[in-house]
Amino acid sequence: MHEMSIVSGVLDAVGQSARAAGATRVLKISLRVGVMTEVVDEALEFAFEALSEGTICDGAELSVTKIEPKSMCLECFEEFAHDRFHRCCPHCGSYETQLLEGRELEIESIEVDLPDDAGSDGLSDGEAGV
Amino acid sequence: MQIEMHKPILDKNDALAAQLRQRFAENHVYVVDLLASPGSGKTSTILATIDALRDEFNIAVIEGDIASSVDAEKIKAQGIPAVQINTGGACHLESAMLKRAIDVLDLERLDLIIVENVGNLVCPTDFDLGENAKIMILSVPEGDDKPLKYPGIFQVSDAVILNKVDTLPVFDFDREAFETSVRELNPTAPLFPIAATKGDGVEEWASWLADRIREA
Repeated sequence: MHEMSIVSGVLDAVGQSARAAGATRVLKISLRVGVMTEVVDEALEFAFEALSEGTICDGAELSVTKIEPKSMCLECFEEFAHDRFHRCCPHCGSYETQLLEGRELEIESIEVDLPDDAGSDGLSDGEAGV
Repeated sequence: MQIEMHKPILDKNDALAAQLRQRFAENHVYVVDLLASPGSGKTSTILATIDALRDEFNIAVIEGDIASSVDAEKIKAQGIPAVQINTGGACHLESAMLKRAIDVLDLERLDLIIVENVGNLVCPTDFDLGENAKIMILSVPEGDDKPLKYPGIFQVSDAVILNKVDTLPVFDFDREAFETSVRELNPTAPLFPIAATKGDGVEEWASWLADRIREA
């Protein structure tokens, strides 16, 4: 259940950014999570529901984009997609490969409610301040 | 309003880990993070490693456990400084926990710090502690299929120790299948078969580690 620690990190960072923008509520949090990490989606959801209660993120939608693994062969320099278990280069058979994508744990973006948003999406920060 | 963040989730942990890594480098101390299941022989492996290296290097051990100081007491009985971290239920160590333990050690006089992470093949995988190497231990009785069940930990490890090889005759452990799947997951990590309590194979593992400590 290290998803608890991960969600704490998300809530801290999102709360900070949302408050800095003057937001009253966070509507959606978009995460990018690499398939090669040990994050379990259900545990992430559970931790988020438990820990976000009473925070600015309470009730927000958690959207998780999974990032499939991709490596580069250090001998023939071909890039290739693979699963969690096989990192051998399919082009030349080399085991000398480097993981390029698949270990992401990133907050991509958030959607927030600003006090004067009144549901209209087109307003920028400055315009909303009137 | 949408706010673009593109922020690593664990950046607080990673920033502190980077600070620790720099402190280790400045003090020329090599730090090993040991990952394994409960009962795989982490403490026996640490004791055997201490035995093999204590003449040349000053060693300290940091024991991460959910509760108790049983392991730290075993290390201290060998005359080696040991600091116990009780995670109080947390399933892995984070850099802030490690920092508190590091702060009570005299880094300047140390060459090697062995950190025994919480017994768990999943959670410690995603957390950088500022260590120089993550080393994973699997023991023969756990079974040869573990790389297929816990690929993450085999992938992040810089070396893999197969412990309790003296029990191979009594367990149905396919060593070739194990070695093939480890190699598929982590082509560059060396594999050290040992029997920590008997001393078999410890020399090869200790000499690999000693080379790295000398470079730190």
